[in-house]
Amino acid sequence: MDARYARNIPALTEEEWGVLRQKRVLVVGCGGLGGHLIDQLTRIGIGAIRAVDGDVFEPSNLNRQLLSKVSLLGISKAKTAAEHIHLVNPDIEAQCVEAFMTKDNVQALLADCDAVLDGLDNPESRKLLAAACASSNIPYIYGAISGWVAQAAISMPGDHLMELLYPEETVLGDKSVLSFTPALCAALQTSLCVKLLVGRPVNTGTIYYFDLLNQEFEIIPFNNR
Amino acid sequence: MIEVRLFAGLRQGRQKIYHMEPDSVKNVQDIMDVLNIQREEVNILLINGFHQKPETAVKDEDIVSLFPAVGGG
Repeated sequence: MDARYARNIPALTEEEWGVLRQKRVLVVGCGGLGGHLIDQLTRIGIGAIRAVDGDVFEPSNLNRQLLSKVSLLGISKAKTAAEHIHLVNPDIEAQCVEAFMTKDNVQALLADCDAVLDGLDNPESRKLLAAACASSNIPYIYGAISGWVAQAAISMPGDHLMELLYPEETVLGDKSVLSFTPALCAALQTSLCVKLLVGRPVNTGTIYYFDLLNQEFEIIPFNNR
Repeated sequence: MIEVRLFAGLRQGRQKIYHMEPDSVKNVQDIMDVLNIQREEVNILLINGFHQKPETAVKDEDIVSLFPAVGGG
């Protein structure tokens, strides 16, 4: 085993790590959540990452987006993500898609993926992606942040978690995000994704809610009863 | 009594926990009206730990938890 992965063991078994090396994931959005997701997936040694974002870095990204730098303002987030993957771990197959996800390209983005990680920033896009995942029978690893709050979950095909969580009338209030909030949320998402992909027990349809201001943590079994 | 727990930003200008007489509110919408919380502000609405709708009836000793909309990334 390459020395770069030595500290993965025994937290992961060698067999589990071998399984992870064979997996391909899609990360939609390479901003606050996406930057941390891509870094964590790269370092643990997932097989392949497809990173999608049609945006470029702006000054307002610098407070929280891991991949952003002053020297990269105006540069593609997806392209930067692919370069980060290559610089940190050339073992990973990195594919960047410099485009926004739409209803026209979402199915193509999902091709050959074992899991999808949510780096999005609005309910409409999440519902589109989750529905596409459901129709392709791919697990969707949800994450969302606001201010000091992070929440994450595994949504399995058919659970309609995004529709339950974001009814039509949903209005997002606080649009601030602090530097540590996406880092925590991405860590939750990546850990859920790794457990799922290597076959460890996971709770699906359960929201893990963290309020870092009040130091409150809730495990919410989410269903429509 | 019905216990109402507010989370994160929903506490701004309000308390963390309220106790309401079961006779004073018939469902979660009534509770939100009393606390001046709009439906669109609430992301997760639980009664005794399970997700419900605003129209769901409440009864004595229920614990109602309201979480704000979180959707950034």
